[in-house]
Amino acid sequence: MSTPLLPEAFAGLEPFAAAGWCLATERERYSKRLDSRMPELQELYDAAFPRFREMVDHLDQFPLDDLPERETNLLYLVYSLIQVSLAVDMWGQPEVIDSGNAMYFRTVEPRP
Amino acid sequence: MTKPAEGSWTGHYPELGTGLVSYADSISPELYELEGEAIFKRAWLNVGRVDQLPRKGSFFTKNIAAARSSVVILRDLDGEVRGFHNVCRHRGNKLLWDHSPNSTAQGVCRQFTCKYHGWRYGLDGTLCFALQEEEFFDFDKNDFGLVPVHCDVWEGFIFVNLDREPRQSLREFLGPMVTGMEGYPFGLMTERYAYEASVNANWKIFLDAFQEYYHASILHSQQQVSQLRNFDTAFKVPYFQLDGPHRVISTGGWKGTPRHLMAEELMYPIEVAAEAGLLGRWHVDREELKVENLPPGVNPGGLDPWSVSTFNIFPNFVILLYERGWYLTYRYWPTSVRTHDWETEYWFPASRSPRERIQHEVTAAMSKEAGIQDMATLDGTQQGLESGAVDRFPLSDQEITVRHFHQVVADWVQDHQREQAVGRP
Repeated sequence: MSTPLLPEAFAGLEPFAAAGWCLATERERYSKRLDSRMPELQELYDAAFPRFREMVDHLDQFPLDDLPERETNLLYLVYSLIQVSLAVDMWGQPEVIDSGNAMYFRTVEPRP
Repeated sequence: MTKPAEGSWTGHYPELGTGLVSYADSISPELYELEGEAIFKRAWLNVGRVDQLPRKGSFFTKNIAAARSSVVILRDLDGEVRGFHNVCRHRGNKLLWDHSPNSTAQGVCRQFTCKYHGWRYGLDGTLCFALQEEEFFDFDKNDFGLVPVHCDVWEGFIFVNLDREPRQSLREFLGPMVTGMEGYPFGLMTERYAYEASVNANWKIFLDAFQEYYHASILHSQQQVSQLRNFDTAFKVPYFQLDGPHRVISTGGWKGTPRHLMAEELMYPIEVAAEAGLLGRWHVDREELKVENLPPGVNPGGLDPWSVSTFNIFPNFVILLYERGWYLTYRYWPTSVRTHDWETEYWFPASRSPRERIQHEVTAAMSKEAGIQDMATLDGTQQGLESGAVDRFPLSDQEITVRHFHQVVADWVQDHQREQAVGRP
């Protein structure tokens, strides 16, 4: 068993952390969403989205500027989940419908 | 929906007329060159915010291709914000750049050193060091300081004016409608999300895309859950205002209902789960950001409910104030007749908790999805205009802002041409 990446309460989501969904930047998260197929996004959504509030409540026990490492990973997973939920609920595909070559990313963003 | 007494917004500003319009200004290389001279070398241009200059010696550069200029903006040792042309006095080399002269630079320093021959300038622009000074002829370092650029700050927004002598002060230029925002707690908004893109369309084509809502329920149909989508009646803006070269568009929610007050089944699951959405957090819990504590000028039409006001500040700067306690900006920097660099920045109050940060992330993510849809149409519009198949287009009353913008561009170009012919008054 490898070292857990997420807080114990969210051990069930470890496969998604291991699959690289705990990403610090918007560019990485958005790119991973575009590089994924819908079944992969749906799998993450089905497993994690029902626990969205639970994850937020857990994180909210900690100060934002002093999150432990596993909580930081969980926060990044929540950010990815936001991206994935838009693909699933709004577009039904990884990319924005009819978005052609329109693409842009954050150059400045808060951390975490 | 109350329109002005004249029966239409456009009729309220009769100088605009109601005829068909041309977009030759977006495809003509000659007009593009003229815009650089007539507009980008004459108007006050926003290049950033004081937040980007946190300390004495903080600086950043900004390339203004349409004016064939680059400027360096800095905070000097007295704490004042100043601007200089980013040009070394020795051989004309671009003074500050990072990696490539086409890129920008930022940082903190006490002196600027030219990469070419090592001339050094202080934060007040004076030349402090010229390599082998004794080899020059009749040389006085005091004669070779950086060339200053007119630079002024309004509500924390830094503007430059590349004219030799600006025709108006910054505040005069902004006028009463824009300065009506004064007192909005811009300084409280320190959590910054910045995006940049190079776009294959004339700068005005993208600006137009963000200055009307006529397209909103069609192009952005998916921003509403399927029950709310409506392709036959769509959405009408309840308030427009023009003031000089500037424009305001103000809205009060989808058919009068602010998004955060809709039934849960009329929102996307992420909005319900996060209690935040396209327009911001559902709970505005900072006193300074509650609507009753904002200056009335943020909602110049006195809309109730009020959701968003878009201030289009001529020529290329836009501020959107959201009733849900945040704001965003757009800037459009022409790089050729059919390309421009686009910048957007979202500004929130600093998150006090992971929950709040997650809510900001939801808003930022949803807002960007809509922006991508807008951006995706642009090269199609540019191609359509360049085809020359059509040269006169209708604009509805809902697009008064588009009509006004192109009229103002034409007026400034005409003023410039008149001045070239008869000399500056």
